Amino acid sequence: MRRQESIFIGIDWVTVFLYLTLVFMGWISIYAAVYNEEHQSILDTTQRYGKQLIWIGLSVFVALVIMLIDGKFYSTFAIPIYVVNMLLLVIVLVTARDVAGARSWIDIGPFKLQPSEFSKSATALAIAYYLSTLNIRLEDFKTKLIAVVILVIPAVLILLQNDTGSMLVFGAFALVMYREGLSGNFLLVGLAMALLFIFSLLFTPFIMLIIIGSIGLLAFLFQRKKTWKLGLTVGAVVGMLMGFVFSVDYIFNEILEPHQQVRIDVLLGKKDDLKGAGYNVNQSKIAIGSGGFLGKGFLKGTQTKYDFVPEQTTDFIFCTVGEEWGFIGAFTVIALFAALILRILYISERQRSSFTRIYGYCVASILLFHFLINIGMTIGLMPVIGIPLPFFSYGGSSLLGFTILLFIFVKLDGYRLQQLR
Amino acid sequence: MAIQSKHTDRMYVMMGIVILVAITFLGRLFFIQVLDDSYRLSAENNVLRYQIEFPARGLIYDRNDELLVFNEAAYDLMVVPRQAKDIDTASICQILGMTREQFIAQMNKAKSYSYRKETVFQKQISGVTYGNLQEKLYRMRGFFVQKRTLRKYPKPIGAHLLGYVGEANQGKLDEDSYYKKGDYVGISGLEKSYEQELRGKKGVKVVMVDVFNRKKGSYKDGKYDTLAVAGKIITSTIDAELQAYGEYLMQNKTGAIVALEPATGEILALVTGPSYDPNLLVGRVRSKNYNLLLKDTLKPLFNRALMSEQNPPGSTFKLINALIGQQVGVVTPVTSYRCPRGYVSGNFRMGCHDHRSPLNLRESIQHSCNAYYGNVFRNIIDHTGKPWEGFEIWRKHVLSFGLGTKFNTDLPVEYRGIVPTTEFYDKYYGEHRWKSLTIISMAIGQGELGTTPLQLANMTAAIANRGYYYPPHLVKAIDGKPITSRFTEKQMTTIDRQYFIPVVDGMEMVFQQGGTGYRSRIDSLSMCGKTGTAQNPHGEDHSIFICFAPKDNPKIALAVFVENGGGGSKYAAPIASLMVEKYLRDTISRQAFEQVILDADLITNPPKKTK
Repeated sequence: MRRQESIFIGIDWVTVFLYLTLVFMGWISIYAAVYNEEHQSILDTTQRYGKQLIWIGLSVFVALVIMLIDGKFYSTFAIPIYVVNMLLLVIVLVTARDVAGARSWIDIGPFKLQPSEFSKSATALAIAYYLSTLNIRLEDFKTKLIAVVILVIPAVLILLQNDTGSMLVFGAFALVMYREGLSGNFLLVGLAMALLFIFSLLFTPFIMLIIIGSIGLLAFLFQRKKTWKLGLTVGAVVGMLMGFVFSVDYIFNEILEPHQQVRIDVLLGKKDDLKGAGYNVNQSKIAIGSGGFLGKGFLKGTQTKYDFVPEQTTDFIFCTVGEEWGFIGAFTVIALFAALILRILYISERQRSSFTRIYGYCVASILLFHFLINIGMTIGLMPVIGIPLPFFSYGGSSLLGFTILLFIFVKLDGYRLQQLR
Repeated sequence: MAIQSKHTDRMYVMMGIVILVAITFLGRLFFIQVLDDSYRLSAENNVLRYQIEFPARGLIYDRNDELLVFNEAAYDLMVVPRQAKDIDTASICQILGMTREQFIAQMNKAKSYSYRKETVFQKQISGVTYGNLQEKLYRMRGFFVQKRTLRKYPKPIGAHLLGYVGEANQGKLDEDSYYKKGDYVGISGLEKSYEQELRGKKGVKVVMVDVFNRKKGSYKDGKYDTLAVAGKIITSTIDAELQAYGEYLMQNKTGAIVALEPATGEILALVTGPSYDPNLLVGRVRSKNYNLLLKDTLKPLFNRALMSEQNPPGSTFKLINALIGQQVGVVTPVTSYRCPRGYVSGNFRMGCHDHRSPLNLRESIQHSCNAYYGNVFRNIIDHTGKPWEGFEIWRKHVLSFGLGTKFNTDLPVEYRGIVPTTEFYDKYYGEHRWKSLTIISMAIGQGELGTTPLQLANMTAAIANRGYYYPPHLVKAIDGKPITSRFTEKQMTTIDRQYFIPVVDGMEMVFQQGGTGYRSRIDSLSMCGKTGTAQNPHGEDHSIFICFAPKDNPKIALAVFVENGGGGSKYAAPIASLMVEKYLRDTISRQAFEQVILDADLITNPPKKTK
């Protein structure tokens, strides 16, 4: 007979505390962002702050449910959960209504369900399950291939919903791969490609040819032995890079939608979009920048009050923090997020179970990615990509999705004391 | 036994990335929040206001560059409810002439539409009110004035053809996202058919306003502004003086006058009676006046010139039968028929008025003999032995004159008229169970025929040109550039040119001694015309007259339609004659003649049916 153990044994309270703090601060920020004198109670459910409280309540409830479920459940059912989620994504594609250009919701009576928010957890479980299987090594090509397929299916389905932002989050899994054995070179090459990508957008292909050609030539000249083979190799590399440059050019001009092109142009400083993305970021920077060191005070943010910043309760929620609580407030929020991610990384490493460890890295990477893009966007360091700030942004699916993502990990971590492997 | 995982040290790389990102962000934040002042200044007590700059709507001129419509400035008072705090309600009410209750009601309406977006608080305030407001605006946070333009008409003519402008309704808002609630759009006439060209392009000015509601200049030096683009200038084909004269002649009468230039298809005048002053449907009074006009039993809003398709062309249609008859070979200029005061066939009799007998082709036009055409029409229909075949051939010719079809030019509305098909008769009488005698009323332009005044005028132009026409249209140039499109393409009728000669001669004889239009002749000017009388079961017959002048190288083709006017020569012919004289000679020499027409009031005392 097994001693009935409290579900609270082994829980990492630091993580839970950070979670609750962020959720709470997010809730207050939403209140400040949408504050409406006619509905002053923060509990008023006709306003977003009231609604968010309902979602918070629901998330806490779901977190408890997760904690109650046996820890083995998650590894056992990882693949079925993944499959169900993929099916939901397909259903969404087929049946969903068009909401502001993205087709991501399923209507269930009065509620709207956004399957893509849960795809991250589902995919994380699947990847963790696959990579923790015995005798699977990421150095093998076959392993890499399967791992990529597991990631690409949801990514493509989400892309078909026109939700480019959510799709890009799947890039975070690259970090997980790195930790699990993917050569660091992949990451470095990825970084180099990213830089090349940016330069390709800044300069015309002709100039890029001159730059890359010159570097290639110099590399050639600096070698002691100038053989034909070397020359051909350098030439081939230059050719490949130029191929990349041209495809970037092509993708940018022919494949990206106009509003996406504009956002990138704005980010790179090539263009000042008058009414769209450029304006949003400008307003966001003003809101945050005008906060000063101490902020303007709770409910006193003028940019916030007069609705300068669009999407203020969702994508640009950080503006409220920056404007009303100033640098101090921004520092606090960033520190809390960083602390949370670092804590998750630390816990992941102390796992005996590779399943939990891998899952933990997924959680950390996903959170890092959202954090990086969302806040970066509000201060003009990242292009305007519509993804929420975890636990902060208004939105039921988002909050639920991240809560589930996180608390599965908390549960798995607590379970570690009962595991052998 | 636990397996120690490889790559544990990579954790540090991950952590390093996290810390690097956090530090970068903090650095950037420190810069924009603490070190850089420009953001604070941008935000400080400044509120942005988006002023839509409505462009000047395009002007419309007549063919001689006389102005038909222009714009006058108007001001709307706008409010953003969320910003409207601490306002001196009493003084606002005084300036606007509202009671306190009205003010609150209006404010609530604005709030319910949107708490944050601007809405119209009061439309089209007068210039004086605007002046008074300017001083007090600083005490009216959240209020501002939006400049608009309203149409103004230098002369009260052309109401139907110019149309009017009003607020876009929900249907329009849904159809075209350029329009926002409260925007103006052309609803009828040229304002509607040339809406795209006339509306220009809205601009946006982003202006900074401080807590005292004072404008503090353009936001970022106007970097986010877009200029409004004025609407294009439309040069209409209309001759304003002729149009005005036509409306003048049609006073107290219902009907229409359409005048065309045969060589180009340009519409010189498009008159509908009764008409109304276009200035009535502008601005604040529009709604009220529109309802009054709508309820008027004479239906002044109905554009008779273009839409009145139920009326048969009457005897004017005989010309077409004369042409078809020659083309098909059943009649020549010397063919003549007796007329025993009507057309007789067995027990059937179609009456005719008193005139000489027999008549040849030309004379049949001059005297408008029904019997002649009864014969001609039946011969056309029966010439192959099978009436439905003959009818089909006849119909094809009729359609080539632009009857029973739409021109699809730039007219704001167009009705296609009625020319029946073989299928129609087959259905009504049974397949192939009808003959020429069954449908003989069409010989004299009665029966199942319907033409709009525009179609009659076009038909006249086709005859004037001896065999072709240009689709009638209302606009000749946009922004000075002549229009080039299919309405500058010649449309040929299916009748050979030589057959027009005797018909035109006959039409000239209408104005000579014995002709039905003798009273309306003009000295030393060779006009060609034809009277028509459309039978009206409900009252006095309608008076129709078509004509063109001069006989050679015609400059104008006209169709006049006067409801309840009796015979064509009674009212329609004189009106047509006066219009021609006005257009070609510029002055009227027959004052008494003119006066009779001006005095004629067919509305207040509609004439009883004569006979």
